[in-house]
Amino acid sequence: MDLLRFVLMRLGKGVIVLFAIAVLNFFLVRAAPGDPAQVMAGEAGAGDEVFLDQLRQQFGLDRPLYEQLWAYLSNYATLDLGFSYRQQQPVLDLILERLPATLLLTGAAFFISLVLGVVLGALAARRVGRWSDSAITTLALVFYATPLFWIALMSQIVFSLKLGWLPNVGFETVGGGYTGIDRALDIIQHLIMPALTLGLFFTAIYARMMRASMLEVAGADFVKTAYAKGLSPAVITRRHIARNAILPVVTLAGLQAGQLVGGAILTETVFAWPGIGRLMFEALAQRDYSVLLGVFFISSAMVVIFNLVTDIIYRIVDPRIGASA
Amino acid sequence: MTERVLHVEGLSLSLPNAADRRFALKDASFQIGAGETVCVVGESGSGKSMTAHAVMGLLPPAVKVAAGSIRLAGRELLGLDERDMRRLRGCDIGMIFQEPMTSLNPLMRIGDQIGEMFEAHGALHPAARNKRALELIEEVGLPDPAHIVRVYPHQLSGGQRQRVMIAMALALEPKLLIADEPTTALDVTTQAQILRLIDRLRSEHGTAVLFITHDFGVVAEIADRIVVLQNGEICETGKTGDVLRTPSHDYTKRLIAAVPSLTPPEPRRLATATPALKIDGLSKTYRSGGFFAKGREVAAVDNVSFEILPGETLGLVGESGSGKSTVGRCCLRLIEPDGGMIRLETVEIQGMTQRMLRAHRSRIQMIFQDPYASLNPRRSVGRIIAEGPVAQGVDRSTAMLQARELLDLVGLAPAAADRYPHEFSGGQRQRIGIARALALNPKVLVADEAVSALDVSVQAQILDLIREIQNRLQVAVLFITHDLRVAAQICDRIAVMQRGRIVEMAATAELFANPAHDYTQMLLAAVPGREAFAHTHETETNHVT
Repeated sequence: MDLLRFVLMRLGKGVIVLFAIAVLNFFLVRAAPGDPAQVMAGEAGAGDEVFLDQLRQQFGLDRPLYEQLWAYLSNYATLDLGFSYRQQQPVLDLILERLPATLLLTGAAFFISLVLGVVLGALAARRVGRWSDSAITTLALVFYATPLFWIALMSQIVFSLKLGWLPNVGFETVGGGYTGIDRALDIIQHLIMPALTLGLFFTAIYARMMRASMLEVAGADFVKTAYAKGLSPAVITRRHIARNAILPVVTLAGLQAGQLVGGAILTETVFAWPGIGRLMFEALAQRDYSVLLGVFFISSAMVVIFNLVTDIIYRIVDPRIGASA
Repeated sequence: MTERVLHVEGLSLSLPNAADRRFALKDASFQIGAGETVCVVGESGSGKSMTAHAVMGLLPPAVKVAAGSIRLAGRELLGLDERDMRRLRGCDIGMIFQEPMTSLNPLMRIGDQIGEMFEAHGALHPAARNKRALELIEEVGLPDPAHIVRVYPHQLSGGQRQRVMIAMALALEPKLLIADEPTTALDVTTQAQILRLIDRLRSEHGTAVLFITHDFGVVAEIADRIVVLQNGEICETGKTGDVLRTPSHDYTKRLIAAVPSLTPPEPRRLATATPALKIDGLSKTYRSGGFFAKGREVAAVDNVSFEILPGETLGLVGESGSGKSTVGRCCLRLIEPDGGMIRLETVEIQGMTQRMLRAHRSRIQMIFQDPYASLNPRRSVGRIIAEGPVAQGVDRSTAMLQARELLDLVGLAPAAADRYPHEFSGGQRQRIGIARALALNPKVLVADEAVSALDVSVQAQILDLIREIQNRLQVAVLFITHDLRVAAQICDRIAVMQRGRIVEMAATAELFANPAHDYTQMLLAAVPGREAFAHTHETETNHVT
């Protein structure tokens, strides 16, 4: 009951945020030099006055601003995000077509980084001061500091070109004609390198965070209580230290989850992964505004949704949250 | 002689080389029989907690056992391997800690945390564990056990959590219960209940109790015998009555003399004058909840009125959550009150903007509870003290000169101005805090639990200092405390707060002789060791009236 009210409240706030973003989108296009009709005409590849007037009429650009805004918002409310002249397709279709690939990549990277980061961080904390701790911390620092695209390029050279273990680029083998299980395996092979590259960076962050958090919790009073009960160190670490130490990692993971949709431009570009990131990058290069703004809006919606999911998870793992909020 | 449960003999604990002394505990010997309570008393750093942890086999890695033996029911504990020691912990030795608020895992239900005790030692079937947990909760006097097993620690009060800790420690009927300052963080009335509970369980189960405390009132209340520790060495042991009545060692005598008496000194005569601080109808309500949610309202301060004359000390006493600290902060508008008048001498400050208020800030200053957290660790003591005057427009070098004079006034060497807070002890830091407050030459000082974090001997010195400064500078003091002994000694008048309201306000002697309100009577009755420390204040030499 409490949870339901909380979710409804947060959804209400989310709608307000999305509304604000849609309004911002609307004015962004109008803040660009020239009027939207010229922009669209440019996209469509024609520029004579008659066509411009036609466009203005078709999109209601000759009407007052508030009417335009209203029309624009009603379109957005029905998920009509506009039309891309370059691609000759509705923006929403373009995005939906790319969304699964992106979610697969970022979701896998997210999962890898979270599991690996938490495990490595916990391990390092258990062996603090020993060589295995130093090794994990140093590696984490290296991966944190190295630019993502460089790791991507290097792994392509080593694992694909030199060793030939994994496919170099793309989502699946072009013209492979695989179906069912074979197709899934083929996609997974293509997924490994980009997902790991993207995941390593966050693995490093989670590992460092988990380690610091474990060490802090290890000094807590209730851990002393657990020792006084005569529990074994393994149980104390798992049940008392790790469970409490993971809370800040959950917070951070929630922030990262919000970027799942838009945050993989570099990786997608280097690995020629047909996702939203590349769609956005191409749209930027081609000044395809309606696509850009559509991606912008959908990413924002994802951030709102993932934040909500994180908050719900947080309320489940930490019983104190529900009481104070 | 009863059977010895715990026998500590010639125990020495060595500290790492960098420490300020070589041994945390040196050549300590004592024993506890079944059903007996032994209190280890000492000031902070005396090694009393180390003693408890040594028995548990939970010493910090840097501290090593250098010599001696610890025998539990005849079995030598030193030299046992970790696995055997783990079997003893919880099963033969139960332990409860000082901080009930943080001693329970915040993410686990109470029932599961008690159940772990059985699980760790393979006792009982899982089904029987839950039943036993319910019985234990019932035994420590918590209401509705079926509900308690399902709640999380944050849903319980400090006293209730300490009861859970006790239930857990006694779950497997250990031979020895170690209680490390178990009531220090609790209110007096709760403290009295917990002490009674421990004592009842001890007599019912014949448990030996090793009770660590710094509070002689608690000692008088619960101990059969006392072990007094000073700098890691036992300086006196004996039956409680004997040691408290006729202490033989100088250190014990000094400690006992430093315990403030509940009998107030002769009242002082104060010249009638304009009140330095007058509060009228002050109120503050906290609302929880946000944007959409309908919040809960708590009246932290409810229509509070009082005035303090120059040179007078008004005590504000009450338990945690009574709103006394909120009143103190509202007086300085560190918390914004919802309503009421705050008059400093002739100036009413309640309606002022923060900018206007700044000019009057020097009239009222605050001394905080925690001498460790209330001084900026990155600034020299001189700059900490001079900061206020500089902000009020005093020239920097003049302010630094003043800071040195103030350090002299509070009993520190003027050279201390160039040093940093971490180089000082708790008592010295509190002196710095007082110097900082005095730097602006205030007419009113708000002391919020200013001596609560200090050892009794240091506490006595700081109280003397506050009194002496008050006599010299004629400042009015609002003295907020939960400790009725301290209040009895330093306050001219006392206001008792309960749930945001002042329920009784009277001259100190009057209040202690004839408490009118039920709540005041209850507070007074709960003060530990009231009979044992009925001595008057003749032991204090520099007491000014």
